Amino acid sequence: MIAVHSPWTRADMAALVAGDLLDGAVVNLGIGLPTLVANHLPPGREILLHSENGVLGMGPAPPAGEEDFDLINAGKQPVTLLPGGSFFHHADSFAMMRGGHLDVCVLGAFQVSAGGDLANWHTGAPDAIPAVGGAMDLAIGARQTWVMMDHRTKSGASKLVPECSYPLTGLACVSRVYTELAVIDLGPRGARVRRRCRGLTMEALQALTDIPLAQ
Amino acid sequence: MIDKCVPSPAHALAEVRDGATVMIGGFGTAGLPHELVDALIAQGATDLTIVNNNAGNGDTGLAALLAAGRVRKIICSFPRQTDSWHFDRLYRAGQLELELVPQGNLAERIRAAGAGIGGFFTPTGYGTELAKGKETRRIDGRWYVLEQPIHADLALIKAERGDRWGNLTYRMTARNFGPIMAMAARHTVASVHDIVPLGALDPEAIVTPGLFVQALVQVPRQATGAGGIGKVAA
Repeated sequence: MIAVHSPWTRADMAALVAGDLLDGAVVNLGIGLPTLVANHLPPGREILLHSENGVLGMGPAPPAGEEDFDLINAGKQPVTLLPGGSFFHHADSFAMMRGGHLDVCVLGAFQVSAGGDLANWHTGAPDAIPAVGGAMDLAIGARQTWVMMDHRTKSGASKLVPECSYPLTGLACVSRVYTELAVIDLGPRGARVRRRCRGLTMEALQALTDIPLAQ
Repeated sequence: MIDKCVPSPAHALAEVRDGATVMIGGFGTAGLPHELVDALIAQGATDLTIVNNNAGNGDTGLAALLAAGRVRKIICSFPRQTDSWHFDRLYRAGQLELELVPQGNLAERIRAAGAGIGGFFTPTGYGTELAKGKETRRIDGRWYVLEQPIHADLALIKAERGDRWGNLTYRMTARNFGPIMAMAARHTVASVHDIVPLGALDPEAIVTPGLFVQALVQVPRQATGAGGIGKVAA
């Protein structure tokens, strides 16, 4: 029998993450895929977006022609400020992370280990220019670190791995992973599947995943 | 009478020595003091150590300082950009030393220098390549890495308004590293768009008190609209 399943789109994944953010949450969205979450924040919930470069209460992109490059996000794209938003310097901004004042941060990843180790800053390739930015501070700073990533690499290898082979960003910091196939919680008692995409059996998901999964 | 205003960026940077450690504010184009960096290029000091979040973009500003071979070492968190070709070339050729620092550790090391702290234990980077060889300690069950302050001879920052005592306000995310770099350097030069009479800045809104600033220079406001300062300046 051929298993047929419908992987979530990137927008679906962003909507799933957004749906799991509680009213009043203070959230940092990493560069790349996590940025999409901002487009899916559920109406009726007040969710405060933090940006590492000194913004709390970040709003959506401004209309074309109204961009102001003194008001940008961590990806250096122009944004807006919501009423009630505030600006602060870099040491305060990272104190918000390191000090455990953010509820959730959402990051991209190359690999996540069964124990919640995160690798997302460097492939380790000898000719690569290393760049870390705020990744290490975010990974260990927020009360919960969630990852959004493809379930497998382009060559088909599981990105959920027993141990990361890429250089680590943070140890035992990821508590939940959203992929196009499943939402998986990581913790001391192992990996537990919260949701699967339509038509995907536990057996089929396990076959695509290099760490043991529990229901 | 205290008057920290100087007539031009060139006046403010006349005494930079070879081998100096220079902090440059900015995140993206926000808060990057272009006029002061251009004056540093013109001034000629070499063998510099630069502290900035990035490592230059395009062919102007910090990138031009790198391209001119004036920088020995750069301390930053995110050198790789789509247009960081001068850094990339010098780094790959082994002509530029890089100290890569997680951004929050960079900010806190700068803050620590300004606050007279001799070092601090941070959880950021523990167990990673960037903490290799550093002292670690377990405190209340959590592992931390010892990080040292980063002092500077000179800080070049961009603010919005200032007065002759050196009090500063900033504009939106252009604040970024400015306030902490001003504290960490022995000599801080701030560019502002407006120099206002003493007492005109709301004391409740002053972000950097004047004692952290040694020189203030007025520069014309550059548009910060679409395309960024790089394009507008052309």
